[in-house]
Amino acid sequence: MKKIRIREQYCMGCRLCEIYCAVQHSKSKDLVKAYRGEYPKPVPRILVEEKDYLSFAIQCRHCDDAPCIRACITGAMRRDPKTGAVLCDEDKCVGCWMCIMMCPFGVIGRGREKKVISKCDMCIGAEEPACVKHCPNEALVLEDE
Amino acid sequence: MTKYIIVGSSAAAIGAVESIRQADKDGKIVVVSNEPHPLYSRPLITYLLAGQIDESKMSYRDPEFYRKYNVEEVLGKEVVAIHPEDKKVVLNDGAALPYQKLLLATGGRPIVPQVEGKDLAGVFTFTTLDDARKVGEFIKKNEVRSAVVVGGGLIGLKTAEALIARGIKVTIVELADRILSATFDRKASEIVEMALREKGCELITNNTVWKVTGRGGVKKVELQGGVEVDCQLVIFAIGVTPNTELAKCAGIEVRKGILVDERMQTNLPDIYAAGDVVEAYDMITSTTRQIAIWPNAHVQGSIAGFNMAGKTEKYDGSFAMNTVEICGVPTISVGLTDPQEKGYEVLEHYDEAQRAYKKIVLKDDVIVGAIFVNKIDRAGVFRGLIKNKTNVRLFKDVLLRDDFGLVWLPEMFRKHMVMGEGTEV
Repeated sequence: MKKIRIREQYCMGCRLCEIYCAVQHSKSKDLVKAYRGEYPKPVPRILVEEKDYLSFAIQCRHCDDAPCIRACITGAMRRDPKTGAVLCDEDKCVGCWMCIMMCPFGVIGRGREKKVISKCDMCIGAEEPACVKHCPNEALVLEDE
Repeated sequence: MTKYIIVGSSAAAIGAVESIRQADKDGKIVVVSNEPHPLYSRPLITYLLAGQIDESKMSYRDPEFYRKYNVEEVLGKEVVAIHPEDKKVVLNDGAALPYQKLLLATGGRPIVPQVEGKDLAGVFTFTTLDDARKVGEFIKKNEVRSAVVVGGGLIGLKTAEALIARGIKVTIVELADRILSATFDRKASEIVEMALREKGCELITNNTVWKVTGRGGVKKVELQGGVEVDCQLVIFAIGVTPNTELAKCAGIEVRKGILVDERMQTNLPDIYAAGDVVEAYDMITSTTRQIAIWPNAHVQGSIAGFNMAGKTEKYDGSFAMNTVEICGVPTISVGLTDPQEKGYEVLEHYDEAQRAYKKIVLKDDVIVGAIFVNKIDRAGVFRGLIKNKTNVRLFKDVLLRDDFGLVWLPEMFRKHMVMGEGTEV
């Protein structure tokens, strides 16, 4: 499968990935409309960590042996047979937060609108994940594993 | 062609089926369950009772899961005996099924205290889909307005929350001096207790029900010290005991739970066990004990499945962990959260305004436990540090920060986590 590779040495900490991730997962998919007109404000599913001069953006690693899938009590968390991505079916998720406890990367969050989790879906359907597409310095790249 | 029999049909059984099929495409798999229902998720029954989901959402795999994995289901039948010498299990209808590899994933059952009136209409335990249906019907039929939940553990609290969501006045009776005493410390218990009280839930601690009274149906419960609580419904949620009788009778070694080796095999060849029914290795206490939680069950079932199918996989152990949201308060607790002995270091922070609590327990600069209340984001990072026994001496002072994350980890470890396995450092 294709995976997003994090190259921390190129990350500038600009957080454009967070913004475009939020827009991609907003209702309008438009930057201005999403940030000005949508409530609750769209939440990114990627996170920039920063300390001194070091920064990197991290999102779901789509683990081969994913502890979140094993721990899911509803079966909402599952592997997409086509792409191999770890996806959450928001209609099934009840917000038990088991996956948040299990994820060693800390990249599964609580959704704001509904009581379901919020995580990277690799922007399925799009040509390229929004974070990769909008990273100005190739700190995030899409690679074949 | 190998023939596998799995007794039980929950998380451990599913884990086993999934791994057996990875290693053995054709072997015959039979799953025997004493419940008449197709695959469903037990932890979801409180969500069902609350009306948050309907029965169509109870299945936690594709409804066609067993068919797709070519598994034969034997539903509503009990395994009454195992004959290890003939490699057969006997069902309650007399049928004998031969196996080559057997997995006992029989789970646990609720403990019902031997109190007077426990058989009255309106007294239930709450662990199965049938329980959820019965309680749901009873509430409707009798227009239940008030209920007593005996036990302030996870099941008790989730059941209480569901009843509250249905507009029922709930009283929780807990034997200890606070709720969730097994997994929480006092502060964390208090925050959840506040939330329950604010929803109108009554909490009675340091007490227990000794008598349920009523004619035809429940009218009230009587507690120690002459306290009485009127109610039409009583739920006993004081704990669960592993279903080990079958194993014991077959000569399988059992302490509290079934004893297994690293491959999840019992002392008898070709008989494996996994899930809530076993005692397995606890990485924190370095003992073998029962940790009846969903993620462990799936992993153990999976390890058992691989070994049953001829591969060698080892279970590296786990530790206690839980996540529960009660009345809008999300919580996560991991490992040793409230050690009473000396030699532990505790870091904690309480944000009064947000009622957000974070506590980290360390021993010799290694995290051994943590509690998160109201702010649970990234709790998994801490679980990871516990599991890896990471020495945190160099970044201990930042563990309580809201923005604590992988960026603070030592360079080698961070690069391994962030940039992927095999990255040169």
